[in-house]
Amino acid sequence: MNSCQKNKVLIKGVSKSFENLLIVDDISIELREKEFVTILGPSGSGKSTLFNIISGLIKPDSGKVYIEGEDFTGKTGRVSYMYQKDLLLSWKKIIDNVSMPLIIKGERKEDAREKVKKYFEIFGLEGFEYKYPHQLSGGMKQRAALMRTYMFSKDIILLDEPFGGLDAITKSKMQSWLLDILDRLEASILFITHDIEEAIFLSDRIYILSDRPARIKEEIKIDISKPRNSDVITTNKFNNIKRHILDLL
Amino acid sequence: MKRWESIEDKVIPTVFFVVLIFLWEYIVQVGLIERYILPSPTDIIKAFPDMHPDIWKHVITTVQEAALGFGIAILLSIILAILMDNVKIIKKALYPIIVISQTVPIIALAPLFAAWFGFGKLPKIIVVVLVCFFPILVSLIHGLESVDKDLLNLLKSMGASKFQIFKMVKFPATLISFFSGLRIAATYSIMGAIIGEWLGGKSGLGVYMLRVKQSFALDKFFGAIVIIVVLSIMLFKIIATLQGMLMPWEKEQNKS
Ligand SMILES: Nc1ncnc2c1ncn2[C@@H]1O[C@H](COP(=O)(O)OP(=O)(O)OP(=O)(O)O)[C@@H](O)[C@H]1O
Ligand SMILES: [Mg+2]
Repeated sequence: MNSCQKNKVLIKGVSKSFENLLIVDDISIELREKEFVTILGPSGSGKSTLFNIISGLIKPDSGKVYIEGEDFTGKTGRVSYMYQKDLLLSWKKIIDNVSMPLIIKGERKEDAREKVKKYFEIFGLEGFEYKYPHQLSGGMKQRAALMRTYMFSKDIILLDEPFGGLDAITKSKMQSWLLDILDRLEASILFITHDIEEAIFLSDRIYILSDRPARIKEEIKIDISKPRNSDVITTNKFNNIKRHILDLL
Repeated sequence: MKRWESIEDKVIPTVFFVVLIFLWEYIVQVGLIERYILPSPTDIIKAFPDMHPDIWKHVITTVQEAALGFGIAILLSIILAILMDNVKIIKKALYPIIVISQTVPIIALAPLFAAWFGFGKLPKIIVVVLVCFFPILVSLIHGLESVDKDLLNLLKSMGASKFQIFKMVKFPATLISFFSGLRIAATYSIMGAIIGEWLGGKSGLGVYMLRVKQSFALDKFFGAIVIIVVLSIMLFKIIATLQGMLMPWEKEQNKS
């Protein structure tokens, strides 16, 4: 780990209970500039809750959230956050869905449209600017949601199982696509999944979470050089990491 | 496949309707039911020329009362729904009372309105407001409640204001439900005006029906019912057209 990389997000000793049930237990996580870090944990362990805390929607019972060194505990509006569902507005065309973050920030509709237009190519949505969400495939909807997320804040992005609802083929295509565009996005990304291969394939580092209450079991650095392609899945290195994680869980 | 189904959807009820009319005509023609009890469809059609100049002022009165009452009911329920959605105490206090108030039979109340407000248009409009208001309010509240909580959180996480959330998400998400309430209320509105008129007044379809009934002109009585049905269907269609214009995304959804 390169120590001269700046800390984008630093979570220090965060805990949270719901109705006396401990969900997140003393978790500390860091995300450095342009890093791709995955939080891998079983279903229902408290991963989404952790993201709600980082995004400021939920206040932790104890612990702090720092973004670029500044205390952002319980404050919304700084990082962009993509939910497990695509949450596209069915009554708005894709271009207006994607412009939504800019409009919330007070831009005029026409200006916002102009600004987002050039990103349709990167996100593979060219030609679908003026379609409604239901006219898109599942993978495209996810890309549109991702694009909307990116439009809000381009430096720190939280992705909560963005490919969870997709079929296996679309999912692996989306993973390769995401890996492909990472360089161009220049973002620091926190990623949630319970898919081990997905985690290894995409990440620079992985935090393994325990069952509820979520605790960090181990932090694993993936030293498979980037750019990667889908061939790495069959290499020894990949399989050793996978075996190691399977043993942990 | 889909097209055939929609043709089927239209053909089956139409055929059934025509068969029913013929059956009715036949039963009266052969004398199974006497004409002074039930006029035949052709009798009713023949009655329209006799009704002609006289009926229009009644139609206009009823339509005015229904439209005005409907409009007031829409405004009232929008205001109440927004209040109830934003201030939880208001919702907790008012909603049960409003639901219970619906069990009071309006027909029983209508004579009181006549006693309080006279025989003009006002008591009729009040009846229309009362019958229309509830379905619209319920559809609005249901719509507002059913907005995806994650979607609201997403907007909050982006730092959207309450008004922005209302404008971008709550209002459009509620439209579908709102229009289904409007369609129900639209059919109630004409009926509400007729109920109001039934208790007396100078003009209106209800008043007209009372008069022709008293002179045993059953054909004209049924003629008035036909007009009521046509008016209700027209109102229903107007609402559906409005919905298509205000919600273009729905239309394209059905096309694909
Ligand atoms: N607002 C809340 N009130 C009460 N309990 C909650 C609340 N939010 C989450 N929980 C509970 O916290 C636990 C963890 O939920 P969370 O959504 O964070 O899990 P997750 O790891 O994201 O699961 P999944 O992989 O299924 O998405 C669950 O048992 C859930 O019932
Ligand atoms: Mg989750």
